[in-house]
Amino acid sequence: MTLDDIASEAPADLVRANRVAGRMYTDPDIFDLEISKIFESTWVWVAHESEIPKPGSFKSTHVGRQPVIVTRDRKGGINTLLNRCRHRGASVCEVKSGVANGFTCPYHAWSYSLDGQLRGIPYPDGYEGVLEKGDISLRRLRTESYGGMVFATFKDDIESLEDFLGDAKSWIDLFMKQGGGYPLKVLGTHQFTFKGNWKIQLENTTDGYHFPIVHRSWMASVDAETADMMSFMTDPEAVTHDLGHGHSVAQMVPEHTDLGLDDGTEPLQRRFDGVVERLRAQGVDEAEIRRLVRSIHGTGFNLNLFPNVSMSIAFFRTLRPVSVDETVVEHIAIGPDGPPEVVGPVNQERLRAHEHFQGPFGFGTPDDAEGWDRVQRGAQAAPSMPILVNRGLGREKSGPQGWATSHITDETGMRAAYQAWKEMMSDD
Amino acid sequence: MTESSRLAEPDITGAPLSTADPRVQRSIDLVWREADLLDRKEYVAWNALYDEDGLYVIPIDREAQEFDDVLNMVYDDAHMRQARVTRMIEGYAIAAVDAAITVRTVSRFIPVEVSDEEVTLRAAQVLVAFKRGVHDLWAADVEYRVRLGDEAGGRDDRLVRKVVRLVDSDGAPPAAGFLL
Repeated sequence: MTLDDIASEAPADLVRANRVAGRMYTDPDIFDLEISKIFESTWVWVAHESEIPKPGSFKSTHVGRQPVIVTRDRKGGINTLLNRCRHRGASVCEVKSGVANGFTCPYHAWSYSLDGQLRGIPYPDGYEGVLEKGDISLRRLRTESYGGMVFATFKDDIESLEDFLGDAKSWIDLFMKQGGGYPLKVLGTHQFTFKGNWKIQLENTTDGYHFPIVHRSWMASVDAETADMMSFMTDPEAVTHDLGHGHSVAQMVPEHTDLGLDDGTEPLQRRFDGVVERLRAQGVDEAEIRRLVRSIHGTGFNLNLFPNVSMSIAFFRTLRPVSVDETVVEHIAIGPDGPPEVVGPVNQERLRAHEHFQGPFGFGTPDDAEGWDRVQRGAQAAPSMPILVNRGLGREKSGPQGWATSHITDETGMRAAYQAWKEMMSDD
Repeated sequence: MTESSRLAEPDITGAPLSTADPRVQRSIDLVWREADLLDRKEYVAWNALYDEDGLYVIPIDREAQEFDDVLNMVYDDAHMRQARVTRMIEGYAIAAVDAAITVRTVSRFIPVEVSDEEVTLRAAQVLVAFKRGVHDLWAADVEYRVRLGDEAGGRDDRLVRKVVRLVDSDGAPPAAGFLL
């Protein structure tokens, strides 16, 4: 297997079956191409429906580098609007999330409805014969949802979201079962910035190989049952599948792939004895307690959806490319949305578990970020030298569903993502 | 803000609590000792400044007063604080092994409540973290609650609550290998 220099090739040829060019992390021209050919050309995750629960609800976010507002309009429809006034380009919203009747530009008070229509222009006489209000609106991106996950795209002519998700849809369905019979809602969001290329994070979500090394500190800090649950390095059942379209899934805890399946033999973890008692005191029946408590750790897999979101165990992880060497990551905590006396104790456990690993001061995130910073710094050396993504190539097999599958410590998920990258970056 | 409220006389009823109060001075001494220990990364000694029921919190919501039902950056009771100390010193955490050098200033102390048992302070903290050629600025309002002990010189004064409210608490700071 050759590891020759491929750095001087055209962008689409920088990805090979076993390696990718180091300059994919460091070349600003490639980054600019990625923004236009990937982030402004495919489906990009923008919200979970629970973040915009009622008419008027909105959140501010980005598609690639472009700021957008995701809104729920009066009719219940979901809109993704460019956060840019059509007059002189000012942002019309600088609030992260909330409830509004619409958006008014602070500069000359042009006002827009929740679906982006231009509703008001002060002193309109100057526009007589020049502009009709109905002619322009905030630019609206095509927006579609699956399983509560909201995606937007600049392209009106690409495949539907459902076709883009393809085989990942069944995994999204499985992921949502961690509500224990309730729908899921967003509980809060950690954000942090790392000084590295966005693909370094993209690779990480289905990289089981790094886990016991980078996260040794977290593993040493949790109870023995949780540490045992995450000890998948030599478990032959722990595998990663290439689901196509750049999506992949890493099954760290195969017995928790489908939380709807439960033969009752698995004991609930002792660390959750307190929450069990609190739920019993509320009169919650034993079957529901078991469903909810067994799901506190989330599902047993990380589903990585190309290019910017993963559904990871018990949270969503998004990445936002800022520049070739800067990326903002969000870790979005989720939990069941139900009566407070039932889901309250469960979600407190979920919040504390999330804080334990995630965020700028978690026991996991800072170590991930340190590793990613080091990749970016190291990749400055000999950018012609390739990055290896060949682990497990010799044992990768096609499973019954046609998915390329290998052990969870292998780099099957990275190869899946880079194949989608290669296709999108091709000129034809 | 309305015109009338802007022009209203400031509330000057009651004498302001003074930083010259010996109980407040003892509390400020404890806060500065804590800041020094954190900059020197003396985490075992740092943790000993907290009482058993002490809370160390870095919220995401700057306005939050209760932290059980919301997501925080740090929400440590004694158990989590001990685990955090272990993480910072045991050598497994690559972020802590290669942590930034920090220098912090805690000042602008305002005594909020003062009794013979407890002192509550508000303060400003400006921390500069230096790592690999980059200086990061971490600015925060900090709330301290100090439980005053019986020993002379404040040797058994302890922190029972520290809440660090970053100016960009809902932003995207770098991931940190140190403590605020």
